[in-house]
Amino acid sequence: MTSADISTVRRSYYEATGRQRIAALLDRDSFHEWIGPRERVTSPHLKLFDVPVSFDDGVIVGRGTLDGKRVFIVAQEGGFMGGSVGEVHGAKITGVLRRALIDRPHGVLLLLESGGVRLHEANAGLIAVSEILHALLALRAAGIPVAALIGGAYGCFGGMSIVAHCCNAIVISELGRIGLSGPEVIETVAGVEEFDSRDLALVWRTVGGKSRYLLGDASRLVPDDIPAFRAAASAALLLSRALDLENLERDHECLAVRLNFYGDCKDAEEIWSRMGIISSRQVALLDEAELVELAQSLPNRKVI
Amino acid sequence: MNWEQLVKELFPEGHSVNRAGEMLRGEGKVNGATVAVIGTTDHAYIGVELALALAGEILNVIRSFPKRPILFLADTRGQRLSRRDELLGINVYLAHLSSSFALARSRRHRVIGLAYDEAVSGGFLAGGMMAEITVALPEVHVRVMDTTAMARVMRIPIERMLELERNSPVFATEAGSLHQLGGIAEIWNGNLAEHLQKVLVSPPEAVDTRAEKGYARGGRLYAAPVISRVCKHA
Amino acid sequence: MEHLEFDFPASTDSSRQTPARRDSVLVGVVSSGNLEVLVEQASLAGGCRVIVDTSIRGYGAIWQAVLADFVKRYRPRDVQVSINDAGASPAVVSLRLDQAYEDFQGDAA
Repeated sequence: MTSADISTVRRSYYEATGRQRIAALLDRDSFHEWIGPRERVTSPHLKLFDVPVSFDDGVIVGRGTLDGKRVFIVAQEGGFMGGSVGEVHGAKITGVLRRALIDRPHGVLLLLESGGVRLHEANAGLIAVSEILHALLALRAAGIPVAALIGGAYGCFGGMSIVAHCCNAIVISELGRIGLSGPEVIETVAGVEEFDSRDLALVWRTVGGKSRYLLGDASRLVPDDIPAFRAAASAALLLSRALDLENLERDHECLAVRLNFYGDCKDAEEIWSRMGIISSRQVALLDEAELVELAQSLPNRKVI
Repeated sequence: MNWEQLVKELFPEGHSVNRAGEMLRGEGKVNGATVAVIGTTDHAYIGVELALALAGEILNVIRSFPKRPILFLADTRGQRLSRRDELLGINVYLAHLSSSFALARSRRHRVIGLAYDEAVSGGFLAGGMMAEITVALPEVHVRVMDTTAMARVMRIPIERMLELERNSPVFATEAGSLHQLGGIAEIWNGNLAEHLQKVLVSPPEAVDTRAEKGYARGGRLYAAPVISRVCKHA
Repeated sequence: MEHLEFDFPASTDSSRQTPARRDSVLVGVVSSGNLEVLVEQASLAGGCRVIVDTSIRGYGAIWQAVLADFVKRYRPRDVQVSINDAGASPAVVSLRLDQAYEDFQGDAA
């Protein structure tokens, strides 16, 4: 059974749960879960805060096929504690990445939706994210492709945003957001003048999918549609991104140029203007197909 | 301990480490061999510029000095919390820094991360914790987030937050707690030069053993079994 | 948090016994105002056990009523239902139970 019968059904990635995303992304009935909810491996730390646990600790991991090819998959459930990474949650992801080094699947899909380290598990969560990063970079060094998919309500923040950029490629929708410190955290610590987290237009201009795509921080921009994510993910797994000196020096140069060109920009609109986008105010109104066309016409856009 | 005292104790045979703003760089001699030194000071906030500069130093070592050991001295208050850094993609810069460390390790450079004063979250994660082995001085404080901010974000009273920091290694900020959880491999007391020499002559750790250490030390009882279980599942 | 357990003995009404299609089903997410429901086959001499871990204390009687209603509707045999609840309303609880059980039964219902 191929995915042809589900590919015509339009499904919102944003609205779907982690489990629903996996079911719709992979070939039908191909998903086999590891450490599923029946095993009840829940967080040992949350009872200290009198908050409920989740049977899968907010992350679903396992194997399946994508167009017949064997892949491993991870889907964070944003609804549970903002997809944040605790000891068990993190270990499930690290386990998948370490296993991929041994089994060498066609690729690994990381459906990321996370606020980063789960504060309720503090140090354990911090080390967990570091272990994920180590395991992911070992996969990069071994040439096994990993694609990050971002498009859920909770965005991809904290240490997981560093994880995302260590993947071979990022597929993001217009509704997706990716940044290190969430706007609310910046506002809490540095004040509303620094970042008004309730100014949604500002938030999306700063950390939203379109902005990241234009900057070259995401390789694919897709509509909020699971079949579109699926097609882009499939293509993303074919993108090589060797962890070697030549590539890192090339990235380094691009990042240095970015600071030169845009380091004094106050807002994304200024960046877009300097990129040569005539009507930067219109960027917010373009749909992703129009934006992709626009991006491809920009001479200086480089994907990092 | 400030950085000058630190490098003096680490390199009794001599060193050329100096500071450029909040960045440290230079070389030190250990048993006649040269060790590259890169790091931060003044509880630096890691923003896009500093992240890029640090990565650049690592790439220089990889390019020019094959297999030279790298010692990363981390004193950081974490990532810079600013709209500008987010706009420019600080996460990409930190990913680049992490990748540089990973490349160094894959090219057989020994990479040691040493936390020596403050070691906070994103900055420490992308830098110090991306080493092959992470160590800390006994007086170091490691944090996920500033205590007050953490209490506010979690919506618990500050007194409760402080109580948790006192009573639980998951929340405590001393090096000993991170050691118990496996996040820090060794706490370096006393003769720092001896500790450094010992690590440099020991065989490199090919795999990340922090979860196993956390389990053996009783600080993290779930991570290692869960990782193992995923690897062995059908 | 409150931990509640409910046992519903086997019903004598055998006409509604349908074989379960799946080993287990999980629906829902533990987010604010929501819950997750795990339905599994279990050896319970034909009965149904429900285990609830909820963040809102003091609603035992409401849980009893909602669950009794669910059991009356479906007469689940040899089924264990486990719930992690983050303050869902009785209507949402009912909805999730129905979704989970119907998924569990599949086309055999």
